[in-house]
Amino acid sequence: MAREVYSELMKAIGAGKFVFTGEIQPKKTASLDEALRVARALKGHVVACNVTDNPRAQAYLSSLAVSHSIQTEAGMEAICQMTVRDRNRLAITSELLGAAALGIKNVLTMSGDHTSLSDNPSAMPVYDIDTAQFVHLVRKMVDEGVDIEGNRIGGSVRLHVGIVGNPNAEPREAELLKIERKVKLGADFMQTQVVFDIERARSFLGEMKRLPIPVLIGIFPCKSHRIADFIAKNVPGIRVPEGFVAELKRAEEIGEKPLRSAKIDEINFRFFSEFIRETRRTTHASGIHIMTVGYEEIVKRLAHV
Amino acid sequence: MVNSLIITRSKPFEKVHEMAAPYRKVFIVGCGTCATSCQTGGEDQVKEIAKRLGGKVTGKAVVESPCDLRIVRKDLAKSKEALGRADAVLVLSCGAGVQVIADYTGKTVIPGLDTLFIGKIERIGRVYERCRACTDCLLYETGGICPVSRCSKGLMNGPCGGMADGKCEAGGHIRDCAWVLIYKTLKDQGRLETFSKYREPRDRSKKSQPQEILTR
Repeated sequence: MAREVYSELMKAIGAGKFVFTGEIQPKKTASLDEALRVARALKGHVVACNVTDNPRAQAYLSSLAVSHSIQTEAGMEAICQMTVRDRNRLAITSELLGAAALGIKNVLTMSGDHTSLSDNPSAMPVYDIDTAQFVHLVRKMVDEGVDIEGNRIGGSVRLHVGIVGNPNAEPREAELLKIERKVKLGADFMQTQVVFDIERARSFLGEMKRLPIPVLIGIFPCKSHRIADFIAKNVPGIRVPEGFVAELKRAEEIGEKPLRSAKIDEINFRFFSEFIRETRRTTHASGIHIMTVGYEEIVKRLAHV
Repeated sequence: MVNSLIITRSKPFEKVHEMAAPYRKVFIVGCGTCATSCQTGGEDQVKEIAKRLGGKVTGKAVVESPCDLRIVRKDLAKSKEALGRADAVLVLSCGAGVQVIADYTGKTVIPGLDTLFIGKIERIGRVYERCRACTDCLLYETGGICPVSRCSKGLMNGPCGGMADGKCEAGGHIRDCAWVLIYKTLKDQGRLETFSKYREPRDRSKKSQPQEILTR
């Protein structure tokens, strides 16, 4: 049975469009200004924006609060990331009800980086339920109007549930079986961890083809070689091409700022537009998820490739 | 020999000394089972700490199992007089043992050890956590590898996105990812369908209150 479609993201995917999503990372601040600035900058370029939920277990401005604000104040649809690290099933159910009540349409279910990486490393990691169980919970709330225990919910929960996959994961079979489990449970869409290697993305998508779920491949344009190094160090299993990093390093030696920025933009645009074109041409991917740090300019350009 | 038991670690002596400072006389109890295997509360460790505490020690005893009140009664009967003269009891056992001694003596207890986990001792210096006493053992379907104690997130449907090359993100990709170990074992056993199945959220209610077994 076809599921009802609530979000612009899922409408665009359903219509067969090749979609682009962006990302907003709230910081440790009580101000919404920066998040709204990014949302406004990306408006009209990406169909929706992920809002991260305490990445690397840092306690930041709430994902739900920012998701709501970018929708109401910037007109940008949110993909509200939610981890099972900081909330038990009661808090997750409550947060999902809050999201639905506030008009959020997409939630992305994640385990969440372990608290050992945190800026509050003594915190208790929760993990009462895992992401498969989280997907199951959202389905029950949306499809049956009940929570995990079967308690009835008032009103209707109109949410799409997303999952993450990692094309860099080894052993890959374990990763694929995990994804398949969540697809069977009723996940609506998938966004992947960052990939730089088109061959890796292609072979991953090749194996994903048997699973009925739209996939958005994750990319990460880098404003400096330091960001590329950070990704290389912190994204599990990733390999950042040495040539790409070397090019960034060379560009960073250019003395004049406008020339330097233009060169860095050119390097990123060349690398990632090629990646996007190849993905569109040779895979069944439904789109690209573009993650950046303070680099909206490149997102605006890449989202029209 | 591979033992599986309650793993303890000695508190720094300064901490023990600080707790013992207000008391004139102290009796010392060791543990003949787990803490002896851990070399934290056996004959040698009891003697050593008695020596360091010096004149304030009225006596000492290594109880076979300080967590078993029946054995405590029997083993400490011989030390009644020395125990009676003590203002406090220093106990070198896990937390369960300390509490039994507290109940039994009615005196101030000083825990000399920190209780770490239920684990496997491979050899001295190689000790691993292997059980969280979760009340619902699922080792049959996880190839004899416990995701509750060995997955840093205690996931039921792993691996998570933090796994890289079969290693766990917690602690920096050094330890094996429990779910990759489970995957490999079940695959070797021709039971991959057991890996792939969906496991429901766990019933946490039993661990939400102090557990008691009352059959008689």
